[in-house]
Order: sequence, then C-alpha cells, then structure tokens
Amino acid sequence: MSMRDTLADPIFKNNPIALQILGICSALAVTTSLRVTVVMCVALTLVTAFSSFFISSIRQFIPSSIRIIVQMTIIASLVIVVDQVLKAVAYDISKQLSVFVGLIITNCIVMGRAEAYAMKNPPVPSFIDGIGNGLGYSFVLLAVASVRELFGTGKLFGIEILPLVTEGGWYQANGLLLLPPSAFFLIGLLIWAIRSFNTEQVEAPEFNIAHHNPAEERA
Amino acid sequence: MSANGEGLGRVLTVALGLCLVCSVFVSAAAVVLKPAQEANKTRDLKRNILLAAGLLDPSLSVEEQFEQVEARVVDLDAGAFVDEIDPAAFDQRKAAKDPQLSRAIPGEDDPAKLVRREHQALVYLVRGEAGDLDKIILPIRGYGLWSTLYGFMALEADGNTIAGLGFYEHLETPGLGGEVDNPKWKAIWPGKQVYRADQVAIQVLKGSVSAGSDQEQWQVDGLSGATLTTKGVNNLVRYWLGDQGFKPLLDNLRQGEV
Repeated sequence: MSMRDTLADPIFKNNPIALQILGICSALAVTTSLRVTVVMCVALTLVTAFSSFFISSIRQFIPSSIRIIVQMTIIASLVIVVDQVLKAVAYDISKQLSVFVGLIITNCIVMGRAEAYAMKNPPVPSFIDGIGNGLGYSFVLLAVASVRELFGTGKLFGIEILPLVTEGGWYQANGLLLLPPSAFFLIGLLIWAIRSFNTEQVEAPEFNIAHHNPAEERA
Repeated sequence: MSANGEGLGRVLTVALGLCLVCSVFVSAAAVVLKPAQEANKTRDLKRNILLAAGLLDPSLSVEEQFEQVEARVVDLDAGAFVDEIDPAAFDQRKAAKDPQLSRAIPGEDDPAKLVRREHQALVYLVRGEAGDLDKIILPIRGYGLWSTLYGFMALEADGNTIAGLGFYEHLETPGLGGEVDNPKWKAIWPGKQVYRADQVAIQVLKGSVSAGSDQEQWQVDGLSGATLTTKGVNNLVRYWLGDQGFKPLLDNLRQGEV
C-alpha cells in the first residue's frame, strides 16, 4: 500500500468510527461545540500518530506476553503530556475538555492502530497510518459537531448563525442535539449514508433469521 | 514480534526500561509546564473575579486591573476580617476539606449540598477613589445537576444590592444548565436586592419573574430547560448570603463595625 493510501484510506474507505465502529464514546461526549471538538481531534491525531511511531520503533524488542501493557504505557505517557500542554497553552479549552483528554488513553482507535498496524510495520508508515486514522476520526467528529452546535445552539465556533428565540431571534434551539444520544443518531445516519454510497462496506449478516410462517407453526 | 528470547529477564528489562523512559518524559513535561499552568489558573481566577464584579475590561491585562482588588480572609461565623492569615497563602477549597478548618453541615441545613463548610473564606474588596469600599466579591459554590458550581457574587457597598454574578467552574449540560454562563442571563442579576426585612429574599424562580410584581426586585428568572441547575443556583446563592454564609460579615459591614 502506498503512503498516500495509508493516509487517505482511513478517512472514507476504512473510517475508524464509521466502518470499524471504534472511538464512539468520545464522539458522543465532546461534539457539543466545534471549538472543543477541533482541539480533541488534534490531540487524538497526535497521540495516535506518535504512539504508533514509538511502538513501531521498538516493536522488535517488545516481548509479546506484555505487548498490550507496553503499548498502554506509551499511549498513557503521550496523553498525559498532551493534557499538560493543553493546560499550559489553551487553558479555557482544557477546562471544557476536562476528563476527555485523559480518556484518549482508553480510545480504541489508538490502541487498535498500535496493535493492528504499528506492531507489524516500520515507524514512518505507522506514523502516517496514525495521522490517517486521526483524520478519519476528526472527519466524523467535525461533521457531528457542526450539526450539533448549529442546530443545538444556533452557533458555529461560538459565532451566532441562527438567532435564537431566547435572544430575540426566530430559531428554537433543539435541546436534544446537546445531549449525548443525538450523537448516536447522527453517527448512525452518517454510517448509513457512507454505506449506501460505498456498498462494499455493508457487512454480510452473520446469520439469517428464519422465515416467519404462523401457518406452518400451527401445523 | 519477537518469537525468541521471551525469557523473564527480557520481559523485566523491557518493562523497566520503558517505565523509566516514560516516567522521565512525563515528569519533565509536568515540571517544565507547571509555571505556565499555575499562571493560567491564577489569571483565570482573577479574570472571573473581575468579571463577576463587572469590572473586566478585555482591552487591558487582567493583572493590571486586578491591582485595584484587595483579597481578605474572613471568619464566617464572626463576620469579621482575619489578619493573621495571609490571603495569598490561603486556599479556601483546601480548607473546606480540612477537618481542622471546616465543619460538617447537617443534611437539613445543607441545601447547597456542600457537606462541609470552611471557617474562613477569601473575599475580595474593590475600593473607590477615596479608599472607601465600592464592591465586595464573595466566593460561592454549590451543587447543580451534575457538578459543583464554583463562582463569585459581587455586591455593592451597601451589602444588599447585587453587582454581578458569575461561575468559573461547573460541568452542567452545555446549552441547558450551562446557560449559567450566558451573558444575557447574568445581566439580569445586577441591581437585584438580597435582603428584605433582614431576611434573605433573593430567589431564582422556575420560569420568569412576572413584571410589576412587588417581589420583582428580589427575583431572578430561572433557566429554561434546566430546572435542577436553577434550583441549585437558587440554593447556593441563598446559602452563601444567609446566616451560615456571609450575612454576619455583610451585617457588620453595613453597621460599619469592620
């Protein structure tokens, strides 16, 4: 696979959220406002890329019996550093993200790429793969956050787009969009859209439900 | 992945080596960034104090504007300033958790769900040109729906008229309870009265204040869609302005005894 494919594939063809259904939890939590979402996306992309890079550089030395904990240690260290940097340079946003930066540690995308790609590939492609997956995650998060912030609060990046009724305008904000379940609905719709367009992503059913025939059952 | 050399020695070496490298890396980042983080925290707090008092001018630096503000430690029960404690070193949040410096509040007296209340609090005074008291800024906190809301309430020199209110830390739902940060809602507070016939009368309603009612001066609109946050704000404001909170101090200030 070329470098370009490694970078671009995870965005549409093999999106970590839409196809692999990973990293949903933070997609629900941090997508109420775009500003926060952007910071979260940058943080996750950097952590995925660098953790893949470091894990890949030492992959020959990692004993397979402790490989998961080794990966976790590297990921956790990077996340703590990102959290500290945010607190030092973007204090307001780090306050809003609160625990979610720390929860990047448990984000399945980071761990998934480390285990599935970085353990088998050289450092540079692993780094690119991390960036690609981070971008794939960012694409979904930004799409969800745009809808949620625009229709939930009438704003984008905190700038008023739809004047709210409560502030003398005409738009009645949709409160549901600010609650976590709405992100589920939006991600579901997005997956539907992507799979209708890219039909090869549709998974074959694991088993077929038997035909329901009441007449036969009675007999 | 390594197929050979999976011995215990190898496992231990890799584990120890990795831990060492990672811990050096993490601690270095923490130590290097600490001063910037502390500065951010202090600046944020000062900004919020000025903001609550309606004194913040975004075009000037926070530090410069904060020079007009004087921090004082107050003994809550006595309602008097304490000079023995250095305000710069006093950490009210820590004090609230320290059994030596706080007391447990029995459930029925604890509408704001604080559990413990500290003996001393840190208040901020803003003086006018002639050195007389212009505004007093009180720290308030209490439980909303998801979280404890931390904020400041600023009162005019009469200790009765509200000059402003603001929360600087909370985890309420953005767009619903999070609207406590909405400048339009905060703008309702200035000018409202706290006490009526020496009793705390200020309240946050569920719904809006009916215009022209004789209670209007003591009532504030609730946040729509955020009943529990509204209730929490009502409780915490009333608690901190009541007998358990800053009322003794405000009474003494009014009578000129401090």
